[in-house]
Amino acid sequence: MASQAHALTEADKKRFYMTEEHHPENGTLLGFWIYLMSDCLIFAVLFATYAVLGRNYAAGPSGADLFDLPLVAVNTGLLLLSSITYGFAMISAQAKKVKPVLAWLAITGLLGLGFLSLELYEFHHLIHEGAGPQRSAFLSSFFVLVGTHGLHVTFGIIWLVTLMVQVAQRGLGAEMKRRLMCLSMFWHFLDVVWIGVFSFVYLLGVLK
Amino acid sequence: MSAASHDAHHAHDEHDDHGGAHGSLKDYVTGFVLAVILTAIPFWLVMGHVLPTAQMTAVAVMGLAVIQVLVHMIYFLHMNSRSEGGWTLLALMFTLILVIITLSGSLWVMHNLNTHMMPATAHDMQQMP
Repeated sequence: MASQAHALTEADKKRFYMTEEHHPENGTLLGFWIYLMSDCLIFAVLFATYAVLGRNYAAGPSGADLFDLPLVAVNTGLLLLSSITYGFAMISAQAKKVKPVLAWLAITGLLGLGFLSLELYEFHHLIHEGAGPQRSAFLSSFFVLVGTHGLHVTFGIIWLVTLMVQVAQRGLGAEMKRRLMCLSMFWHFLDVVWIGVFSFVYLLGVLK
Repeated sequence: MSAASHDAHHAHDEHDDHGGAHGSLKDYVTGFVLAVILTAIPFWLVMGHVLPTAQMTAVAVMGLAVIQVLVHMIYFLHMNSRSEGGWTLLALMFTLILVIITLSGSLWVMHNLNTHMMPATAHDMQQMP
C-alpha cells in the first residue's frame, strides 16, 4: 500500500484531487444567494396565503376601503431610491473611497427608515380604524405578508448600520466588500419582493 | 465537473474576485430609470382608471410587475448566466419552479374547496359558534 501511494507522481495528484486549497471568494456570495432563494420561498408561501385569503373580508373593510395609494406610491419611491443609493455605495466601494461609501450607506439607511416609518404609520392607522390583523382573514394575511417584508427591512437597516461602523473602523478590504455585496443582494432582493407587494396586494386590492 | 471546465472556472476566479457581480454606474442608472417607469405606469393605470375593465388593469399591472422584477434582477442584482459558473441562475430557476407550484397549487386547491363548499344560508351562519 505504502509503496503504491509513493508511486503517485505529481501529475497523478493533480488528476485525482486538488493539491491546493480552492476557495473562490464568491463561495459566500453563492451561499448567500441560496439563502435569498429560500427567503423567496417564505415570501412565496405568504403571497399564496394572501392570494387564497385576500378576498375573505368577513363583512369587514376591503382593500379598496383601506389602502391609501399615494402613501404606497411614496413608500415604493423611497425603497426604489434606496436601491440606487445602495448601488452608488457599491460603486464607491469598488473605487475604495471610504467617505462616499459611508455617505451613500447613510442615505440608504435613512430612506429605509423613511419606508419603515410610513409603513408603521399605515399599520397604526389601520389598527386604529379597527382594521387590525384579527379583523378578517384578508387583514391577517395582509399584516403577515407586509409585516414580514417590513421586518426584513428592519434587519437590513440594522445590518447596514453594523457595516457602516465596520467600514469606518476597518476600511474597504476584500472581506468588507464581500459583506457589502451580501447586503447589496439582500437590499435589492427586498425591493424585488416589494414589487410583488405593491402590485399584487395594494394595486390589485384597490381594483375590485 | 471536467478538468477543463474546472480550470476555466479557476482562471475566472483570479480575474474577477466577485464573479462579475458588480455593476457600473450606467447599469444602475438604466435600471433605476426603467424601474421608475415600470412603477409609475401601474400606479397611473389604477389611480387614473385608464383601462375600461378592472380585469384588463389587473393583467397589465401583473405583467408590468414581472417585467420590473426582471429589470431589478438584471440591473441591480446583476444576474446573468455566467455569474458563479451558472449556479445562481440554476438556483433561481429551481426557486421559480417551486414558487409557481406553490402559488398555482394553493390557488387551484383552495378554489376547488371553495366551490365545493355547501352553500350556507344566513340562518346557518347565525347558528355557528
